[in-house]
Amino acid sequence: MTFPRRSIAIGALVLAAVPALANPFERVRPVTHEPTRKECGECHMPFQPGLLPAGSWTRIMDTLNDHFGESAALTPDVAADIRAYLTGNAAGRGDGGLLRITEQPWWTRKHHFRPDVWTRPSVVSKANCEACHRGAAQGLYEDD
Amino acid sequence: MIPHALRRILLSTALFAVGAGVAYAAGESAARSAILDGYAAQAKAEAPIFAGFSADRGRALYLGPHAGGKADTNACAACHTPNPAAAGRHAKTGRTIEPMAVSANPKRFTDRAEVEKRFDRDCPNVLGRACTAAEKGDFITYLSGQ
Repeated sequence: MTFPRRSIAIGALVLAAVPALANPFERVRPVTHEPTRKECGECHMPFQPGLLPAGSWTRIMDTLNDHFGESAALTPDVAADIRAYLTGNAAGRGDGGLLRITEQPWWTRKHHFRPDVWTRPSVVSKANCEACHRGAAQGLYEDD
Repeated sequence: MIPHALRRILLSTALFAVGAGVAYAAGESAARSAILDGYAAQAKAEAPIFAGFSADRGRALYLGPHAGGKADTNACAACHTPNPAAAGRHAKTGRTIEPMAVSANPKRFTDRAEVEKRFDRDCPNVLGRACTAAEKGDFITYLSGQ
């Protein structure tokens, strides 16, 4: 019987193709730049540069005085250093017109939860990746 | 039985560790004093009647509540909790904030640029305006004793 064998072969091919199709944002390079870790990490998890395209990072660094309603102003030298790290290690894909990681299409596709999940005391914000992804600070988001 | 030579090494290592710890703490305390001196000079320039910082005024500033700022951050204590020796939590992101009290976090108020950055950001959120030099000194004076 050749049919089942062929099915197995096709199944194996599909399985082999899965890692190539996996969401590239599930595993990103950790933050290796100390000023980024310190300054961004003061108010939220220091998000890895590979989570946003360079266009998004540029607009974020252009608008630190009003960073989603808060002042995140930095001295010019520190800001330039962080800007260079973020844009230099940015994602090769994503929508550079969107500033929030949580608005990126790949993100919304993976986070269909009831609204009250986001207001849980242990979560508070969509920006609190670590509430659910325990390895988020190391760039590991594949634990879902 | 510990050999004599080893005992001497252990003793001098222990003494060195204690000495280094004391020197480190002294360095932090000196840095804090220098920052307070800077604010005192500034406070005098802003208001000649300035007569020193007050931990009580700093406590009132910390605990609030204040009008003029944002509703969810109407006091320092809103994020840093009423107990400054406890860890706080960022109102919007849920990020843990290290304690404000110097006893619980000796690194507090030892880096002038860092201190200024935080006042620049947080005073408008809590008070709806920048803090005066006198308020900054009161705040640090209160938390240095906590």
